[in-house]
Amino acid sequence: MSQKVFAPWEDATEKPLIQFKGVTKKFGDFVAIDNLSLDIYQKEFFALLGPSGCGKTTMMRMLAGFEAPTHGTILLAGQDIAPVPPNKRAVNMMFQSYALFPHLSVWDNIAFGLRREGQDKDAIAARVEEMLRLTRLSKFAKRKPHQISGGQRQRVALARSLAKAPKLLLLDEPLGALDAKLRQDTQFELMDIQEKTGTTFVIVTHDQEEAMTVASRVAVMDEGRVIQVATPSVIYEAPETVYVADFIGDVNIIQGRASQDADKVRIDWAEGQPPIIGTTQKTFSPSQTCHFAIRPEKVAISTEQPEAPNVLQGRVIDIAYLGNLSTYHVELPDGTMMKAQTANTRRLSRRDITWEDNVWLSFTDTAGVLLER
Amino acid sequence: MNLRRFALIAVPYIWLLALFLVPFLIVLKISLSDIALARPPYMPQLDLSAGWEGITSFFAALDFENFVFLTTDDLYWRAYLSSLQIAALSTFITLCIGYPIAYGMARAPLEWRATLLMLVILPFWTSFLIRVYAWMGILSNEGLLNQFLMWTGLISAPLTILNTNTAVYIGIVYTYLPFMILPIYAALEKMDESLLEAAEDLGCSRIQAFWLVTIPLSRNGIIAGCFLVFIPAIGEFVIPSLLGGSGTLMIGKVLWEEFFSNRDWPVASAVAIILLLILIIPIILFQRNEQKAREAEG
Amino acid sequence: MRRLTWFNVTSLTLGFAFLYLPMVILILYSFNASKLVTVWAGFSTQWYGELLRNEEFLDAAWVTIKVAVFSSTLATVLGTMAAYVLVRAGRFSGRTLFSGMIYAPLVMPEVITGLSLLLLFIGINLDRGVFTIVLAHTTFSMCYVSVVVSSRLTSFDRSLEEAALDLGCSPFEAFRLVTLPIIAPAVISGWLLAFTLSLDDLVIASFTTGPSATTLPIKIFSAVRLGVSPEINALSTIMIAIVTVGVITASIISKRASVAQQRDEQAAARAT
Repeated sequence: MSQKVFAPWEDATEKPLIQFKGVTKKFGDFVAIDNLSLDIYQKEFFALLGPSGCGKTTMMRMLAGFEAPTHGTILLAGQDIAPVPPNKRAVNMMFQSYALFPHLSVWDNIAFGLRREGQDKDAIAARVEEMLRLTRLSKFAKRKPHQISGGQRQRVALARSLAKAPKLLLLDEPLGALDAKLRQDTQFELMDIQEKTGTTFVIVTHDQEEAMTVASRVAVMDEGRVIQVATPSVIYEAPETVYVADFIGDVNIIQGRASQDADKVRIDWAEGQPPIIGTTQKTFSPSQTCHFAIRPEKVAISTEQPEAPNVLQGRVIDIAYLGNLSTYHVELPDGTMMKAQTANTRRLSRRDITWEDNVWLSFTDTAGVLLER
Repeated sequence: MNLRRFALIAVPYIWLLALFLVPFLIVLKISLSDIALARPPYMPQLDLSAGWEGITSFFAALDFENFVFLTTDDLYWRAYLSSLQIAALSTFITLCIGYPIAYGMARAPLEWRATLLMLVILPFWTSFLIRVYAWMGILSNEGLLNQFLMWTGLISAPLTILNTNTAVYIGIVYTYLPFMILPIYAALEKMDESLLEAAEDLGCSRIQAFWLVTIPLSRNGIIAGCFLVFIPAIGEFVIPSLLGGSGTLMIGKVLWEEFFSNRDWPVASAVAIILLLILIIPIILFQRNEQKAREAEG
Repeated sequence: MRRLTWFNVTSLTLGFAFLYLPMVILILYSFNASKLVTVWAGFSTQWYGELLRNEEFLDAAWVTIKVAVFSSTLATVLGTMAAYVLVRAGRFSGRTLFSGMIYAPLVMPEVITGLSLLLLFIGINLDRGVFTIVLAHTTFSMCYVSVVVSSRLTSFDRSLEEAALDLGCSPFEAFRLVTLPIIAPAVISGWLLAFTLSLDDLVIASFTTGPSATTLPIKIFSAVRLGVSPEINALSTIMIAIVTVGVITASIISKRASVAQQRDEQAAARAT
């Protein structure tokens, strides 16, 4: 390979920047983080994704130094960071509320951390100007935080936390306060800035789309545990559990009993229905309960019976027209609902499928994944 | 860092211990002592140089004599009772006057409200003493009120108001009125107007809606306002001594006279301790109400 | 829509008349030419002249201002510390006693506070005068300051302090550079409150003062006990005028600031 793909987690010789080693955090009786181990590498854009209360914010606050682990250690570049107070850590944080100092101008907000380091005036000024250019805020340097818009505030917060060139930047729901349109633009801007500065970013978010867009790797969390850590495409195409499959994107889950023959698995899922054929690397014992997960866009819908490894018959109950896509909700004879998605690639195409139509759903034997739980 | 935290806690803590708690314990101790013709005019004195014996003999000499004395002389319990009665009645009058004002303020157009609020707060910043004094000229026999009433022909001879309990009521109501208005206004002001419309929509008359919606929703404000008037009114000294007469019995005044005129420190201290015991109940009730209100707001 | 009925208008008119008429009358009669306060004998400013020539009053005013400045400044420092301890220091042993000692003086009758402090000063043989009044005033007004400041601190976005720590501040620097500038309005109003409480106080000052120091309220009280006098009216008028100007100025400043803030925010919102 001439150009190396960025994947330090696959390289055994690469040293992680951050290591969580058996970290547990309790608040009274409540276990926020449960014996968690995780490695994050230099220059990664790492996303902690999960519903609220899953412990992702607690992990971030432990990295910043506002919480200490109850058990276990956190290493930053091989050093235990537990005894280091937040103001001495080479870690900076961008707060969810931005936490811009209301009494200071944009310029002074960005210079705030640099001044604490006792750098000389010219060096501070040069660095602030550089950050203002990077975040396209030069025009607003003299304004106070309440005199600029939400998107600009977000960029000030980013510039302020990047000004000290931290080893690690923590972003707590950085785009949560922005509206949907602005959020998309800002996501790309964030990725751009991360690439330019080469800083390791750890972002906390509950928005799966955001995590998928920006991150090099995503850790899906639930109830203080990491369920799966992988690249966005692996998370989407090869989730390891039903929880991950369901949390990210839209999915059809069919439960049944497995009978395996080499890498092919036959799933008996309903009385009188043809079995589903899937492919897997895992081993299922005979009649083990398994879950077949398939994304709606991998299910084809047609009015004629097609030739395919898996063909199911059903009736259209609902059609959701989303502009670029249409999602069909199809009821199978046993009452199971299944979603199929088609791209509306042609304008004004004759939509030949409508409510109450009898249709055929089909998919290949590699389109879905088999999950144990 | 921990040293700083320690200092941060220790400085105000020690200040309050030395200048609030210790003085209070001294009052408690003196209330259990006997009057003596000495300086300071009470005994026993704690003699630490005598060691443990000094301490034991000191405690042995303390007794509840002064408290027993308070029950034998009916001046004291009549003063407590009349303080409670004056405080309670004037609280009620303040509520009756304060509620309509707070209600009117809350319904006034938005752009007036800040000004009205300032007008209520302004007297609070002006000297209490001056506000009480202002009534002396009005209520006296030749005062403006009597001149006005005689001019209207309602009375033919001047009424004696100054140096009576009536003047004390007027004084308390007048000086504490802002304390009643402010919490009620705060409660009424954040009330959603659509609640009243909903009540009327559901068949209430205006007056029914007022009783069934407005009053219950301003309940916390009413309770807070009543305590804010009642608690300080009990121990009031300035108003009864300037507006009240020789017949006006209020415990704050009794304590003052016991101390400055009779120089009976042990009895004055005992009077103070009983006054505090009386106040504890409304104070606890008040705290509980405040806490409930805070919890209700989340 | 809120409807302002005739009932509301009447109650507001009567209510504010009740609050302000006595003071208006007091002020009017300070310009009365007659010594008899109840009989109007023409306009005159002679009582103001006499007041300014009365050295006892001037001395008392000077003592009062000294006491108020010292005690309110001290109370602001201690009260702000106490508020910070209450809101931010978390748990420590004796916390309940501490918050009790903050709230108790607010409801303690002045006669008891005064009596207890006097007994303390006598017990430790402290000469009573300006110094002891300052101690006494600081003690009760620091509790008011701490209530005002702690209510501001409670609504203070804690992540601002965390951001300061994150950017390299020590906890003390975070307080000095971030927290203090933001809570400054509350600290200032705490100071003003402490200042007026001290200016106003008669009872506690009477207990804790000695023969060397007479404050204005003590002076007024002893004069007023003998009856109404036009000189006191003049003095009251001056005090009312100072307070009124102060309060109105303060409210105009804060109103302007909030209007400017609103305008800026709207402009920022439009800019996006």
